[in-house]
Amino acid sequence: MYIIVIGGGRIGYYLTKALLDEGHEVLLVEKNAALCEKINDELGSVCFRGDGCEAATLVEIGTGRADMFIAVTGDDEDNLVACQVAKYKFNVPRTIARSRNPGNKSLFKKLGVDVVVSSTDIILEHIEEEVPTHPLTHLFTFEDSGLEIVEVKIPPESKTVGKSVKELSLPEESKLVLVIPRERKPHLATASTILQAGDRVIALTPPESEEQLRTALRGS
Amino acid sequence: MKVVIMGCGRVGAQLAVLLDAEGHTVTVLDTDAYSFRRLPPDFGGTALVGNGLDQEALKRAGIEEADAFVVVTQGDNRNVMAAQIAKHIFNVPRVICRIYDPLRQELYQTLGLEAISPTTVFAQLLKEKLGG
Repeated sequence: MYIIVIGGGRIGYYLTKALLDEGHEVLLVEKNAALCEKINDELGSVCFRGDGCEAATLVEIGTGRADMFIAVTGDDEDNLVACQVAKYKFNVPRTIARSRNPGNKSLFKKLGVDVVVSSTDIILEHIEEEVPTHPLTHLFTFEDSGLEIVEVKIPPESKTVGKSVKELSLPEESKLVLVIPRERKPHLATASTILQAGDRVIALTPPESEEQLRTALRGS
Repeated sequence: MKVVIMGCGRVGAQLAVLLDAEGHTVTVLDTDAYSFRRLPPDFGGTALVGNGLDQEALKRAGIEEADAFVVVTQGDNRNVMAAQIAKHIFNVPRVICRIYDPLRQELYQTLGLEAISPTTVFAQLLKEKLGG
């Protein structure tokens, strides 16, 4: 596969390295001459000096035959424009943009970028998971339906400890999937499952019902 | 007419003054308060510090009620992104943006943005001046 990567920062550098290791044909585009030279010294001649948003640059590097176009510079607007130029001028089948501002994710998709990765969101989620008292952790989001898989921890002081699932006033569109007790084996959540202190409940929910789900499970 | 202008450089400030003098309601948005020095003391519009790529800042500038949005910051890509937010998220009836790069201007024009390239316009003007 021919893959073009825009932005030779840390993400662009390690991404290029990983894609090369997988055996792909990769070209990295970077504006800064010194950085470009350094990358070429380290990875071989893979870095092209130029502006990845300029159509002229993209002609020169053969964007027309690229299978994938990935923009990972530190500026959201540059990533958006690079992907739009690749998609609408060169018909690249798959464009991927990094967005630093999580709010730009839906905008970029609406404007034609195929996949949007919000680096901020990903970092936040990983840190959230590590905070022991964090009541609700996002584990996964289905891109097509927008549904999320979340984990809710049941603290010992929770009013729902000892109650069965059918006694909880869960939002209709949220489904409990799995209960992971602290020291026993995980089991599927059924109507008669009794919540115990320290349980971790895995559920599927639309984002708008998240709060209601958390309240129903933790009783506060 | 209610107009929001993003970017208070020479062009943005000049346009704001012209529209204000004609009695339009003008709001100018810029990330740097220092740029508002370009507005004269008798400017009757609103000057607001904020980033036009941030939808909250655009709302504060009154984009939801605006009849027109003009974006003239120094960055082509910033202009393109802000113009698309105004057009596709806030459905502003008239959106005009500046794109210095003629190739990008051409592309976004075909994608439905009203985009002007000062590079092309000015080069053409100079050529005509020279009688070429």
